[in-house]
Amino acid sequence: MATTLDEAISQREHGNLLSWLVSRQTFWVSVAAVLAFVILSVASDVFATQQNLFNVTRNFAFVAIIAIGMTAVIITGGIDLSVGAVLALSGMVIGMSMNTGTPFWLAVPLALGASLLVGAFNGAMIAYVGMPPFVVTLGMLSIARSLAMVLSNNRMVYEFGPDQAQLLTLGGGFVSVWLPFAGGVRVPNPVLFLLAMALLAGFIFRWTKWGRHLFAIGGNEEAANLTGVPVRRVKLSVYMVCSLCAGIAGILEVGWLGTITTSLGQGMELSVIAASVIGGANLTGGVGTAFGAVIGAALIEVIRNSLILLGISTFWQGTFVGTFIIVAVLFDRLRSRTSSD
Amino acid sequence: MALLELSGISKHFGAIQALTNVSLALNPGEVVGLMGDNGAGKSTLVRIIAGNYPPSSGTIQMLGGRVAFHKPADARATGIEIVYQDLALCNNLTASANVYLGRELEKGFHPLRILNSRTMYQRAGELFAELKSETRARDLVRKMSGGQRQAVAIARTRLSEPKIVLMDEPTAAISVRQVAEVLNLIRRLRDHDMAVVLISHRMPDVFAVSDRIVVLRRGVKVADKAISSTSPEEVTGLITGAIESA
Repeated sequence: MATTLDEAISQREHGNLLSWLVSRQTFWVSVAAVLAFVILSVASDVFATQQNLFNVTRNFAFVAIIAIGMTAVIITGGIDLSVGAVLALSGMVIGMSMNTGTPFWLAVPLALGASLLVGAFNGAMIAYVGMPPFVVTLGMLSIARSLAMVLSNNRMVYEFGPDQAQLLTLGGGFVSVWLPFAGGVRVPNPVLFLLAMALLAGFIFRWTKWGRHLFAIGGNEEAANLTGVPVRRVKLSVYMVCSLCAGIAGILEVGWLGTITTSLGQGMELSVIAASVIGGANLTGGVGTAFGAVIGAALIEVIRNSLILLGISTFWQGTFVGTFIIVAVLFDRLRSRTSSD
Repeated sequence: MALLELSGISKHFGAIQALTNVSLALNPGEVVGLMGDNGAGKSTLVRIIAGNYPPSSGTIQMLGGRVAFHKPADARATGIEIVYQDLALCNNLTASANVYLGRELEKGFHPLRILNSRTMYQRAGELFAELKSETRARDLVRKMSGGQRQAVAIARTRLSEPKIVLMDEPTAAISVRQVAEVLNLIRRLRDHDMAVVLISHRMPDVFAVSDRIVVLRRGVKVADKAISSTSPEEVTGLITGAIESA
């Protein structure tokens, strides 16, 4: 059969697009998430209901927002273990300051400022003093949560002063949008934040100098340094961005819960790192996407939610999520081995 | 007037004395072969010229004016480009991204500036064509051969109109055919009145293209001779210390 040159070219391009897709860990994780979604919709009467999806999306939004910042850090070859503690600190700063009568418009920058300070400390120790990210942020994990306890005297805070309604609306509110096939859908505010931040991060990673430099540092830090990439400045800023994401998630989560204790976000760093890694970020640096971070977080929450809906003991959650982390990375490893032959 | 003039350059890292009182002049249209054993101070000298670190003492003059380089961008700004020994490439980025690493082209207005990827791809492609390399601008460096990687590193130096190109072991890890290409490229740079410093262990390569040979031994300059007045045997003796100096 004769093929024209144009046909051959279009086949080739089609093949390239397909092979490009198939070679992405993010693609396979997305497929897994969609499959899980479809199977659960059939297997459970509750899963595909508006109320359950509302809860699922809101629950994973907090992890996903931080996972975006974490992915940026992981792309540079670093890690930030302090995000759970920063989330608690940010939540406690806004909680305590509003509790003592500070207006909402001032309490938000206070909480975000505290988060940025933590990130700046992490980044400075890592980029300028040259300490390993694991050690610095492990220390900060302890420090930030301890500071949240000092700040609140380890109380539970649930009265947020005159502007309480604004805080609760920000985190617990929703926007109704009309979607084809689904009709009117309530989208939780944290999910809107997540969408905006994911789009912004995706754009920044791909289209800005700063984004390009993240990948360069993760790929070959020495080369980046030699060619004049401002390595230390970029590393400082990426830890600030990661902490800022944790701070934003903290404010939203307090608004949703309507209360804050110092145990908020305990162990969350592990879910966040898991989301980034399942989404294709490589802990050795140089690889990762914002979309992957979101889809990774979504998959974890769908697994969690499905176990509950299917009546499987919650004790199994860790086993499922852990298996997924290992399988996702193992899959990637096997694939890169076969494609390099 | 000399293009670049180093006077009494010394460099120590803690207790280690890497260079002692080295002076060197580079002239336009001249290829200088810089030779020496491992640890003789070749890379240190080149990285001082390239602005990677400042000398502990000594001065650098460019076209008769005193200069001080605090970072690679300072040296670049005065027209000095370098091809690093390990090529300084990021495997996870495209050829084009590597060529423009650290000086990416942007468009738009501050602070909303975005990468001008199309122009970078296009220009990088032109540079590879000029170098007669098969390297493609959109390919990932991870998937490239040694010669293609070399072309990416050399293309980088051609972004600006440099006066001096420093090459640290450009022929160490590539095939014989590619070596010939790199040597031709060095000749082309010289014909454009640039000064080229070629650091190499490979005696035939150095003798093939150099006008002058400088030998370092344990951080001290022991020879600075025209290629016509020396021989591979003498240079070997100078490198190993069998001949004290010349």
